Amino acid sequence: MSGSNQKPLEVPEQSEGNEQGSPQWGEPKLSSDRTDFNALPEFAKLPKANSRHKQDHAALAAEFNKDEPRVDWHDETLWWVRQKRDKAAARVPEWELLRDTASRIKDNVLSNLSGYLRQFEEEATRNGITVHWAADANEHNEIVLSILSRHKIDKMVKSKSMLTEECHLNEFLHEKGIDVVDTDLGERVVQLAGEPPSHIVLPCIHLKKQEIGEIFHEHLGTPKGNADPQFLTHAARLHLREKFLTRRVALTGVNFAVAETGEFVVCTNEGNADMGAHLADVHIASMGIEKLIPQRRHLGVFLRLLTRSATGQPITTYSSHFRRPRQGQEMHIVLVDNGRSVHLGRKDFRNSLKCIRCAACFNTCPVYRRSGGHSYHTAVAGPIGSILSPNLDMKKYADLPFASTLCGSCSNVCPVKIDIHEQLYKWRQVIVQEGYAAAGKTAVMKTMNWVLSHPGVYHTAGKTGRWFMLNAPFTVKNGFNTWYRQRDMPTPPKQSFGDWYKKNKK
Amino acid sequence: MRVGLFIPCYIDQFYPQVGIATLELLEKQGCEVVFPPEQTCCGQPMANSGFEHLTKGCNDLFIKNFEAFDYIVAPSGSCVLHIKEHIHDPASQKPPEAASSDRTDISALPEFANFPTAHSRHNIPGKIFELVEFLTDVLKVDKLEASFPYKVGLHQSCHGQRGLKLAQMSELMAPPFSKPQQLLNLVKGLQLVELDRKDECCGFGGTFCVFEEAISVKMGKDRVADHIRHEAEVITASDMSCLMHLEGILRRQQSKVQIKHIAEILNARL
Repeated sequence: MSGSNQKPLEVPEQSEGNEQGSPQWGEPKLSSDRTDFNALPEFAKLPKANSRHKQDHAALAAEFNKDEPRVDWHDETLWWVRQKRDKAAARVPEWELLRDTASRIKDNVLSNLSGYLRQFEEEATRNGITVHWAADANEHNEIVLSILSRHKIDKMVKSKSMLTEECHLNEFLHEKGIDVVDTDLGERVVQLAGEPPSHIVLPCIHLKKQEIGEIFHEHLGTPKGNADPQFLTHAARLHLREKFLTRRVALTGVNFAVAETGEFVVCTNEGNADMGAHLADVHIASMGIEKLIPQRRHLGVFLRLLTRSATGQPITTYSSHFRRPRQGQEMHIVLVDNGRSVHLGRKDFRNSLKCIRCAACFNTCPVYRRSGGHSYHTAVAGPIGSILSPNLDMKKYADLPFASTLCGSCSNVCPVKIDIHEQLYKWRQVIVQEGYAAAGKTAVMKTMNWVLSHPGVYHTAGKTGRWFMLNAPFTVKNGFNTWYRQRDMPTPPKQSFGDWYKKNKK
Repeated sequence: MRVGLFIPCYIDQFYPQVGIATLELLEKQGCEVVFPPEQTCCGQPMANSGFEHLTKGCNDLFIKNFEAFDYIVAPSGSCVLHIKEHIHDPASQKPPEAASSDRTDISALPEFANFPTAHSRHNIPGKIFELVEFLTDVLKVDKLEASFPYKVGLHQSCHGQRGLKLAQMSELMAPPFSKPQQLLNLVKGLQLVELDRKDECCGFGGTFCVFEEAISVKMGKDRVADHIRHEAEVITASDMSCLMHLEGILRRQQSKVQIKHIAEILNARL
């Protein structure tokens, strides 16, 4: 009772859940592309479906699409990765069986999560690892900070971890005066650029090499105009080596944690997780509680799928097992919930927790490829992010399940067979039912539905022609204008099929 | 064999020639085809926008119009898939997870089980077919009196392909097949062109095409460009909604490339 009473009170401009500290989110600023609407005739200014979100996926994607050659480049680059995935998968005769097996193993994990977590904690502790439990992002960040504080350390290196992006750890530590250096090359690039990653496997895929050359020139002092990838990589290597050698704490992500042995596995191509962890006195590993697998023998299934799905490589260059701290080293694992157990309780959506973060669904998604990762305004973008994010904040991410044509490609590249496009559909229903659909859209849908549920009304409406032209299912937003802006309307025929049938067949 | 002809709303209103071609094609195959005049829409435009709870009216109307037929055939994979997947849901009154996971067991339930009354009797999901699969799988058509002397690009509409499995999808590592292609191969003079991306979405996506206009249009432009690059004179598909979107883009570009629903080609004598 009290919960439902409180709900409306939270609505106005509360930036709860606005961890990114982006005040423009709540500002009534119109994005520039929306100004076109002012040029439309009065009757076309029907419901502005997106007026609640100042910068939703559609608006951010429209912004990205102002530079069409760049969209083409982005699309082709990621399509190339998708094709590499296809070739790699085709070389494994039992590919579909592997997907099925992985899916079932993860189903088992989700159904027995608490047991596996306890087993993992016990084994890891026995191995000499300190296990921490974090209920949410904030607790995770505080735990990391407390470890740093205990050692009086204000600098650390971090290898790739989407979980820390989700928790906004870098921003949190920065505020506390801790210097964090991301050591994954792509992550370092976006960190220097002051941007979040746009892709969970290829964090700076939205940047061209010339732009990276500029970023390196500005921050690392490389010669202006030098955009040679090998040269830039070498510059990054020298820059990062100094960091590796001087930092005493290294944080890594976790790809898989084995309940049976209490060990965890980190997959990288650059060896930066190993470099960080092996040189540091303290190794902190952050993992979402869904990263578990029951036994070590299950690992092969996932290692074979992960990188083939992600980049088309047979396996990552490094699949590093961490089981116990070396002598004199401290090893910590932070097990993070941050909404996952709530998600686990949503029957229609729980199996998205099977995700192993390969990003195959990103690379195959025709919408992602043409809208860029930042248009999803969340740490994990793409189709999987669109079904994970509404669990974290349904209001803020109400637009994401609609950023899809429901083409279904994502569900079929997914190595753990998450029914992504079906969940997108189901999230749409939940979001509307929870009241996060724009009032205008609801009104249009109700009218549409009324017409289509009453044959007499439908036939009259159709005959007058105008009504259907203006209100057909595909033109509901702004009369026919949103359709017509870049597309011609179909030529209305003299008679409908129904009219023809009546005349000719009855 | 009495076939109920379902002509989706936008085909009825904008593309009557597709309905006519479908009807003629089925009659040529010896079917008794009836078009129930009170039909409207499958409800998908509302449901895909998150308003499935409103579609009970559409569902009931559909059941009323079509339950008596041996088969229901429609020239749209997307509408057929929607009917197959949703018409037995009592308009989302039931928790959706029960609907999805128990789907196959439903017929085994006793009569008094609390499902929509019409459910086990109308069997609409089991007897509704998209036109192409009806021709290949039910009528087992292996020859056609059709000729269409043009270079044709086949757009694989997603719901037909990945949903109804009209063709193998490029994502799966499984043997290739294509029911639309199987039929197009029976048409005299028709030359199918190869595409760079053989099953990429066109970007129509129902109300996606207006709510995500920028991406929708870009996807459509890219799809059209693939066909043009391979010198298609005509783009065909088994879903008119994709073609309507692509046509809108082609006309705006003042392209000479035409769009034709697959029924029009299979019924052509040119």
